[in-house]
Amino acid sequence: MGLGNGARNQKIVVIGAGIVGNSLAYHLTQLGVTDLTLIDKGPLPNPGGSTGHASNFIFPVDHSKEMTSLTLESMRQYKDLDVFIESGGIEIARTEERMQELTRRMAAAKSWGIEPVHLLDPDEIKDLVPYIDERLVLGGFYTPGAGVVDSLQAGTIMRERALEAGMTVQANTEVLGIDVERGRFRRLRTTRGDIEADLLVIACGCWSPRIARMAGASIPLTPMVHQMIDIGPAPRFANTTKLIEYPIVRDMDTNMYERQEGTGLEIGSYAHRPITLQPDDIPSIEESALSPTELPFTQNDFDPQMEQALELMPEIVGDESVGVKYAINGVLSVTYDGMPLLGETPEVKGLWSAAAIWIKEGPGAGKTVAELIVHGDSEIDVFESNIARAYSCQRTRTHVVDRASEGFNKMYGIVHPGEQWASDRNVRLAPFYDRERDLGAVFYEGAAWERPQWYESNAPLLEEYGDRINRREAEWDSRWWSPIINAEHLAMRDRVAMIDLSAFAIFDVTGPGALETVQNVAMRQMNVPIGRVVYTPLLTPSGGFKQDLTIMRLADDTFRVVTGGAFGMSDLKWFADHLPDDGSAQVHDETNAWTTLGLWGPRARDVLESITSDDVSHEGMPFARCKTIEVGPVQVLASRISYVGDLGWELYVPFEQGARLWDIVAEAGAPHGIVPAGIGVYGTTGRLEKCYRAYGAELEGDFNVVEAGMAWGKVKDEDFIGKEAHVRHREEEPAAVMCTLTVDDHTSASGVKRYMLGKEPILTREGQPLTDRKGRRSYVTSAGAGPSIGKHILMSYLPPEHAVVGAELGVEYMGERYPVTVATNDSTPVFDPDNARIRS
Amino acid sequence: MNVLVCVKRVPLTGGKIVLTDDQRAISTRHLGFTISPHEECGCEEAVRLIEQHGGTSTVLTLGPPEAEEQLRDMMAIGIDNAIHLVSDGPEEWDPQATATAIVAAIQQAPEPYDLILFGNESADAGNYQVAIRVAHKLGLPVVTGIKGIAVQDGTLRLEQEVAGGRDVYEVPMPAVVTVKEGINLPRYPSVPGRLRAKRKPLDASSPARPEPRLEMVKLVLPPGSGKQAEVLGDGPQAAPAVVTVLTELGLV
Amino acid sequence: MSVLVFVEDPSDELSQQALTFARTLGQDVQAVAINDRDGYAPAAWGQALAAAARERTPSSLIAPGTDRGNEVLAHVAAELDLPMAANCTAVSPGDPVTVTRVRWGGSLLEEARLHGSPALLTVAPHAVAADPDDAAALADLETIDPAGEAVVRVSERVQAETAGVSLVDADVVVSGGRGVGSSEGFAVIEELAALLGGAVGCSRAVTSAGWRPHTDQVGQTGTKVSPSLYIACGISGATQHMAGCKGAKKLLAINPDREASIFASADYAVIGDLHEVVPAISAEIRKVRGG
Repeated sequence: MGLGNGARNQKIVVIGAGIVGNSLAYHLTQLGVTDLTLIDKGPLPNPGGSTGHASNFIFPVDHSKEMTSLTLESMRQYKDLDVFIESGGIEIARTEERMQELTRRMAAAKSWGIEPVHLLDPDEIKDLVPYIDERLVLGGFYTPGAGVVDSLQAGTIMRERALEAGMTVQANTEVLGIDVERGRFRRLRTTRGDIEADLLVIACGCWSPRIARMAGASIPLTPMVHQMIDIGPAPRFANTTKLIEYPIVRDMDTNMYERQEGTGLEIGSYAHRPITLQPDDIPSIEESALSPTELPFTQNDFDPQMEQALELMPEIVGDESVGVKYAINGVLSVTYDGMPLLGETPEVKGLWSAAAIWIKEGPGAGKTVAELIVHGDSEIDVFESNIARAYSCQRTRTHVVDRASEGFNKMYGIVHPGEQWASDRNVRLAPFYDRERDLGAVFYEGAAWERPQWYESNAPLLEEYGDRINRREAEWDSRWWSPIINAEHLAMRDRVAMIDLSAFAIFDVTGPGALETVQNVAMRQMNVPIGRVVYTPLLTPSGGFKQDLTIMRLADDTFRVVTGGAFGMSDLKWFADHLPDDGSAQVHDETNAWTTLGLWGPRARDVLESITSDDVSHEGMPFARCKTIEVGPVQVLASRISYVGDLGWELYVPFEQGARLWDIVAEAGAPHGIVPAGIGVYGTTGRLEKCYRAYGAELEGDFNVVEAGMAWGKVKDEDFIGKEAHVRHREEEPAAVMCTLTVDDHTSASGVKRYMLGKEPILTREGQPLTDRKGRRSYVTSAGAGPSIGKHILMSYLPPEHAVVGAELGVEYMGERYPVTVATNDSTPVFDPDNARIRS
Repeated sequence: MNVLVCVKRVPLTGGKIVLTDDQRAISTRHLGFTISPHEECGCEEAVRLIEQHGGTSTVLTLGPPEAEEQLRDMMAIGIDNAIHLVSDGPEEWDPQATATAIVAAIQQAPEPYDLILFGNESADAGNYQVAIRVAHKLGLPVVTGIKGIAVQDGTLRLEQEVAGGRDVYEVPMPAVVTVKEGINLPRYPSVPGRLRAKRKPLDASSPARPEPRLEMVKLVLPPGSGKQAEVLGDGPQAAPAVVTVLTELGLV
Repeated sequence: MSVLVFVEDPSDELSQQALTFARTLGQDVQAVAINDRDGYAPAAWGQALAAAARERTPSSLIAPGTDRGNEVLAHVAAELDLPMAANCTAVSPGDPVTVTRVRWGGSLLEEARLHGSPALLTVAPHAVAADPDDAAALADLETIDPAGEAVVRVSERVQAETAGVSLVDADVVVSGGRGVGSSEGFAVIEELAALLGGAVGCSRAVTSAGWRPHTDQVGQTGTKVSPSLYIACGISGATQHMAGCKGAKKLLAINPDREASIFASADYAVIGDLHEVVPAISAEIRKVRGG
């Protein structure tokens, strides 16, 4: 949590003078921080971290919106600092599968507004990169705006500007220890003395975990090796006047890149076996022959890559006069999920992380963290990079190493949006796990939980529903998916389904100040009667979405918060950070105390009434109510809400009694035709038909409540985070409007029906991208089947002039355009628009 | 001509040497490996001689299994064959044992060598004697510290740097010559060179290790200079202070 | 227990030091030189010394740790099939004799035992200071003739055409390392060297990059210098470089990295970029001289 305007007056220390630390320091001074010290154990200007040698090229297009935003901001800063050389970059395809992936890159570029970009054929590639053997290439994705940066120079300039603004720099200063008092950072101990400060930021790259451990905090990254060699001088580059005159080539299928560097060619690889290091494995500066992050080259690991580079660029690489002048195992930081680690650590207040950031995101991350520190909010929403997000089992060295290793060889890989991790599975298991497994559950991982995505035992439903189940013809569309999901959905809508919701993060806010706390954090009115369930957004100070979740008032001073598992720990910290200073409220993580079973469908009440004698009739338990009921021997907190948009309840039961509840419900549901349904229904089909927005997809910091179509009712009188901005947003014309669209025709040029999976650009029928007045492109925030309405559903923010029911637009998928139509331009669902089912 | 070059795998040190706990070796945890600088030039010289005069070159090392890396490195710059006398474990053999093993390998070579090159001394041990011992056992003439080699009609014209100039030796082949860095500027291997090196012939064997007669007991870091550098200043502003010191030293 | 000492050049301090060193092993020290009327012939000289050792059965045979001293003693060792310890800084008599000897050009020391008699060892240059009495004793030096067929001998001496100050003799050396950045970058180094009447040196990184010839290289495999002042510019202080300049009486290091290893061996330090500092020093010298 940022310190608000008070941060300007507080004393801040940043450890690490690489690109991140320098940028962070500069931006802090820009935001008015006056008492700032930057420390590094190495010398300046090059302290010997990854910034000093890392490959410094930037390709802006990424499938991740957040990474792309950080990269674009970084590029803007590098250009401002005059250290950016635009060379262009080409991602080449050697296989048909890769060619398909390149069309996805083109689409991503359109979704994020990066242009121009082109798909090139081999001859066009040859024109741009004459030393390539174009016969090996099927095509390429060309980003003319890609380039290289002098990150060392950029960092130096930013550091000098910060110095001019009053910052103190201490190079050659090693951190010996960090003192924490009452859970708050107090003091830094170094080889040049102690420093007391209010806030400490660890921006130490691959050394970060070691430093964090001194304070009892964790930064879950691992140093990893990335090999690179320089060969030269190449005759073709002999008369070069610039550092780089030819486009950078990313040979995606071999996990390699080749780029000109002056008179030579740099060849890098992510293809070798994953080599992870302990931070203690990194040598000191004196022990290193080159620098601590330029480790001795292991030739064997690079041999296959030499062959591939030779094959692709024989003119240069095969030239006997061109020597291998430099070869290293370079060190960089990799996390367990591939996203950086930013923000205040959940373990120690006042201890911040700005780690696992590469050159291409460095300045952007520096600015973002500075904004979070000073304003508690940032222009770029970095919720996926929030260091607080990690669960305990995700912070372990084993997990970090296993996932970083698994992810390493996928750096340039073709990663399906639904692709599941293989390593370190089966760590968090619900009490229903064995039963689910016996029902043929296909488990997907969510927040480290094993959750059934669908159940193979439901296969007979496919026959039952026959033509109403759409099958996907293309392999990509049907990868990590099953038509059984649609069948489960229909069965739920017809009868009743039981759904494992154990991945919820649950925490209780208690104490005399509990109401004050939730009132401040939540947008909606929280002073509700006991037994009321409130679905509410949480806003950022600038009125964007921080989260959306439900809060149950269990007692005068007890509020139970239930939020999705993915960012549950970030949400927990948000509440913890906003407890009153007088200690009148506490927040307790109850996630492991409860498990949750969802029960929805027209027959849900039939089932529930058959197992409880408590009044769960519509009159006795209206919608959005919660109460404790007895179900056989088990006491259950029943909450009548529905994310799938059908009649039913979330049933909360103590964790150890969950299996018993499952059995009771399953048995009672059998005569009603109950089916177990997976997250394929819960997370996609169910909610898409109801046009329910999801955090991380439709809802994020970038968009406000009005744009999201969720500004129902009036603004409460009480103060809450983001109120001022929210009120303003209500008075403005929204720049974009959240709409739900349906696909009119799925037929591709080759006659195969295609089904979008998300993040595709929404265009006019003629193929023009849509951009709102804030410069944001329209793209598919969520995509999935709407089995009950027999349509494929896409959600997207549209500029107001297109946000019209019936408007005819297009979506680009795999290089082709498909017609779509706007079905709703507010929160009116496409299925059961009057919400009769929920309220029955 | 048939040329043999003998090399030794040594660690690539930085600015500070760290010893293992038992003080019998340098800690190589963070270090890469190479061959001694003199030897690198010896390999380059061998490649050049064969380029000029035709023939075959061979690189030989007595070292642990990992030393194959160094042999492949030298084959990557153009040496044709390799001989690996594999020592069990990283502990180095003393000069007499090394020479004995090398002599045995040379005597087993199918074709006799015209020229056997060594570095003048290894970067680590610096014993200055293996080449001379090898030459004695083979009954060959040996010249050390050479910075220039020319071949004419079976005779070697060798130049050695001394104070004031160069001493010239002329010896008939076969002969043993030790060279010093500076005799040439070694080339970097090319990528094709590296790839070919992987497939070039390497003959490995494991000679038995005799008892050391120059027996290492332990390694010791020399005492520091104890100097505390007097900082004359930061940046160009230090110039006047520097000139004051120069004047005190009588140099200005 | 007699000690036989091979004297390469009685007027050279390294041979004098060898004599002083030999006295730590015994009082009966016999210094002997080889007759060089037919020029230097290492194997023949080695044969002669080996024969003398067989005859006189000293407990040890010492030589200076010069190029020729090491070479000749290695020939003796090969001839007699005895172990030889090169570049010793200390020795203890006994059975076996133990020595401390130099590794890595001086950055590491080794304690070793010599299993054989006589003990053959050369003396690391400047391991001891020459005792003036020993130097005087060399005035009356025994000379023996080389032995055997001198297949290997110096046939010719080519004079060097030295332009400027020779690196090994220079009283001032201005040396540049990787920090100089390029061959052209050495212009400022050359300028300062010229102003001080000194020689230009460089580190191995520089010669490997092709910026300067190997004859400029100072280090373990380059030239070992002993000037009154060694100015190290943009040199980090790698062990193999320090092996070449530790003979300097005073060392001034110019480096932007306050913690560079070179400062641990420096008498004077300037923290800064040599491209700014060195020209500033040159300008200041001109100012002071020019008036």
